[in-house]
Amino acid sequence: MNIHPNYFYSKNDEWVSVEGNKATIGISDYAQDSLSDIVFVEISVSVGDSLAAEDNIGTIESVKAASDIYTPVAGTVSEINNKVVDSPELLNRDPFGEAWLIKLSSDTGFDTSHLMDADAYRKYCEDRG
Amino acid sequence: MFIPHTDADRESMLAAIGKKDLNELFDVVPEKYRFPKLNLQPGLTEPEVTFLLDEISSANLSLDHTACFTGAGAYHHYIPAAIDNLISRGDFYTAYTPYQPEISQGTLQAVYEYQSLMARLTGMEAANASHYDGATACAEAGVLAYHQYHGKRKKILVSAGLHPHYLLTLKTYLQDFDGMQIECPKATSLDEISPEKLEEKIDMDTALVLVQYPDFFGQIQDFSELAKAVHEKGALLCVCINPIALGLLKTPGEMGADIVVGEGQPLGIPLSYGGPYLGIFTTRKELIRKVSGRIVGETVDNRGQRAYVLTLTAREQHIRREKATSNICSNQSLNALTAAIYLSLLGRDGLRAVAKLCYDKAHYAAKEISKIHGYRILNQRPFFHEFVVSCPQPPSDINQHLLDHGMIGGYDLSEEYPMLGNAMLIAVTEMINKEDIDDLCEMLKEGEHHGRH
Amino acid sequence: MDATEKTIFELSATGRKGFRFPSSDVPSSDLPESLQRKDLPLPELSEVDVVRHYTRLSRLNYSLDNGMYPLGSCTMKYNPKICEKAARISAFANLHPLQPIESVQGAVLILYEMQIILQEISGFPACSLTPAAGAQGEFGGVKMIAASLRDRGETQRKIMLIPDSAHGTNPASSVMSGFECLAVRTDERGNIDLNDLTSKCNERLAGIMITNPNTLGLFDENIVEVIRIVHQAGGLVYGDGANMNALLGIVKPAELGFDVMHFNLHKTFATPHGGGGPGAGAICCTEQLKAYLPGPIADILEEATEEVPPLYGYRMPEKSIGMLRSFWGHFGIIVRAYCYCMMLGAEGLRRVAEYATLNANYLMEALKQDYPLPYDRTCMHEFVLDVKWPDAPGIRALDVAKRLMDYKFHPPTNYFPLIVHEALMIEPTETESKETLDDFIKAMKTIAREARENPELLHQAPTETPFGRMDEVKAARDLKIAE
Repeated sequence: MNIHPNYFYSKNDEWVSVEGNKATIGISDYAQDSLSDIVFVEISVSVGDSLAAEDNIGTIESVKAASDIYTPVAGTVSEINNKVVDSPELLNRDPFGEAWLIKLSSDTGFDTSHLMDADAYRKYCEDRG
Repeated sequence: MFIPHTDADRESMLAAIGKKDLNELFDVVPEKYRFPKLNLQPGLTEPEVTFLLDEISSANLSLDHTACFTGAGAYHHYIPAAIDNLISRGDFYTAYTPYQPEISQGTLQAVYEYQSLMARLTGMEAANASHYDGATACAEAGVLAYHQYHGKRKKILVSAGLHPHYLLTLKTYLQDFDGMQIECPKATSLDEISPEKLEEKIDMDTALVLVQYPDFFGQIQDFSELAKAVHEKGALLCVCINPIALGLLKTPGEMGADIVVGEGQPLGIPLSYGGPYLGIFTTRKELIRKVSGRIVGETVDNRGQRAYVLTLTAREQHIRREKATSNICSNQSLNALTAAIYLSLLGRDGLRAVAKLCYDKAHYAAKEISKIHGYRILNQRPFFHEFVVSCPQPPSDINQHLLDHGMIGGYDLSEEYPMLGNAMLIAVTEMINKEDIDDLCEMLKEGEHHGRH
Repeated sequence: MDATEKTIFELSATGRKGFRFPSSDVPSSDLPESLQRKDLPLPELSEVDVVRHYTRLSRLNYSLDNGMYPLGSCTMKYNPKICEKAARISAFANLHPLQPIESVQGAVLILYEMQIILQEISGFPACSLTPAAGAQGEFGGVKMIAASLRDRGETQRKIMLIPDSAHGTNPASSVMSGFECLAVRTDERGNIDLNDLTSKCNERLAGIMITNPNTLGLFDENIVEVIRIVHQAGGLVYGDGANMNALLGIVKPAELGFDVMHFNLHKTFATPHGGGGPGAGAICCTEQLKAYLPGPIADILEEATEEVPPLYGYRMPEKSIGMLRSFWGHFGIIVRAYCYCMMLGAEGLRRVAEYATLNANYLMEALKQDYPLPYDRTCMHEFVLDVKWPDAPGIRALDVAKRLMDYKFHPPTNYFPLIVHEALMIEPTETESKETLDDFIKAMKTIAREARENPELLHQAPTETPFGRMDEVKAARDLKIAE
């Protein structure tokens, strides 16, 4: 199981990477692995939408499971990764890289204090088996 | 009766599980409530139950011996002999839902063919494996529209030409959906049931516009302009069809519909006093993941053979539970098979032929009835195989008179649609001969002379 | 050998005909050109083509007439042939739903009497036969709870409790009826956890949906207490009748305190599953809820006199939640169920529950030696095994299920209920003989041995069937659902 050392993680297995006023959001390697072969990604927000933390941003489906995706932080949607919508299998291949889901911007920065760092998330995953 | 155990089997099985008798299996049930008396009659043998059912059925008037001019959502068509022969195969009707595709390819491929036929018939790209009937297919279109806009658009606009049971069912389904409103503009005449009337009411809060084609009163109208108006406001258009009519008529797909629903009963399914029927549901490709119910898709097995499976199952209740878009967990598989066999047998020419027969006979009937003093056809627009007749007496009296002479008249509209006066909805299918129509006219004339019978 | 059957589109040949209608006996009428369709892309086959095609397809199916379906919570019992014949009687099959009521008295009588039969079995005073399926019955029943709470002015009651062992339709129906779902835990004996339940009963409680026996095949030992707790908190109790086969003549849900329940006629009353439907549902309820039943309901409109029989007809309950579908219900299915009930009678119905339960316990006793049994107590009509062997770690429930097909059995329900990870849920029903059960036990024991000795056999299974395991990912990614 891969865990990106510099990202923050939610209990719902989303990650967020913060660079100044920009944040990128995706799902973790653990999440893609437990979903197995992902066949569908729907992003239900649009560029310009302003989101509160924990707002639903879309759905990911595999053959046997479906998972709703929430943004771990608040912000305004600045970009959507249409590549992953067109090729959902990217999520299985590169969840921390190419298969990011959305980018957010925020003038006031991002509050990540409620999220786990890589170490805490590793333990959280191990506890779930 | 259908329990194969011998006494010896029972005793050895009880011994194997360490129970002294069958009663002991139920010790967990509170004693106070255990083994209540069932006040039911003693069981019957097969000859006895056959006699009983024959006797009960003799109080019914079968359409085998009767000309029937009632349609209103269920239509008497000829059912080719091969259909019952094929669907009576135990391999089809005693099979379970095809969750194990390795041993269910018969059902899966038949449903795939059904989906393809429905898509072609309606001019759409995608179809599901069916809903319960035309009414629930309409309701599920409403549910789809709700989810399409994440509950943000609150209005469903319904044509007054929609079957009244379908409207009621739609209301039942959506009444507990947060803030959903179903608006059905009242019409005081058939004329007022028009796409233009609906266009005025579409706004940015509208999720779905639902029309029927031909409508409940038989009228055929082109919804191409309506489709444009609906799409301008970003909403969805659903057209509820009669599949036989589509043997002749321009498809909803050509008009720009987003969803097509309909009652599939006319496709070889017996009237069976109202059910079980077949809910047709087809859509544009982009909407398929919002569609509820089962869907069969093509794939290959691990031996490289083309095969079919239930697909996109992650939408459904057994996976998504409270987040599923619908609670449906069956389809009308055997009736979908029936429809597939029916359309395979009839083919391109056969479906066109039966549609044309219905159309011609209905128009002959309308023309003849309109010649009778006191009777008037209310349809001003083109109609398919059903039309509204204004009668000089209450339709119930006329129908009683017809029934006394072994004929089933039209559907009495006077209670549900009082603004139409003494109106009756007459349907004519290929099962009606010219002679039946002439007899009907004779009897209507008689009624005219005798007044109330 | 390739088992693939061509599709009707591949079999089509231009100009071929499978059916001819008589020529018209009336003048032709014109239809405006603008309203006509351009083309009609339907296949063209002969009757021979069609009959052989669908006959060949049918042979690719497993079916009840072919063998046992040990499918938990599905009650795949034998479908008596006389019931099929009954539904095809012309004066049942060829009746229009809207023909004059005087001309369908036999049909309405069947609906009326079927309502009475279900009332008697369940102990409730009222019944509606309009639901098209079990899930629709459930939806209707939950909506009745919503409607009655609205009438009581208790719209703050929004929480529907659902045990974690419940079927997915329970939460889905609840949400469609405007409720929020809250799961209730199952305790170590397979009962609803009373502490967890009590902690979730408050002024927001609308009710609870209980499947009893539950999907573990266990009769809840505290059922009376569970119902008391919910009622005391002002909630209503819904009974999911999926597992009624175990209760026929054994206990009446109404007497246990349930408020409303649904039946699945295609499970309990032997009507065929048809490859996924049509089935039929029914709702029974208390005096307090009956005004909310979906309609129309069959009733006696005019009592019989010495000269004339009663007049049967319909009425809509005063505060009905409305119609669930068009017309009166799945009449053709109801005729089959009625025929079945008339043949069984009171005694026969109780024997169904007894032998279904005997068969399940017999299988459970034999199989628990080889498969872990998470809840080990006398079961009702079904039980759940957990495929978790320390010495065969790579084997999952799915592998056992697939391997069973090579031994000519339909697999049991797997991966349900969700609280047992590698669940195999087995329901033999009463119509399987001891010999069939013994064969099934033998196959299951062989598979348990193979799992250790040659696990590849299980991973590769099935190999004896016309088709092997499917590429489900391809089906979903390269979506092709019509041509």
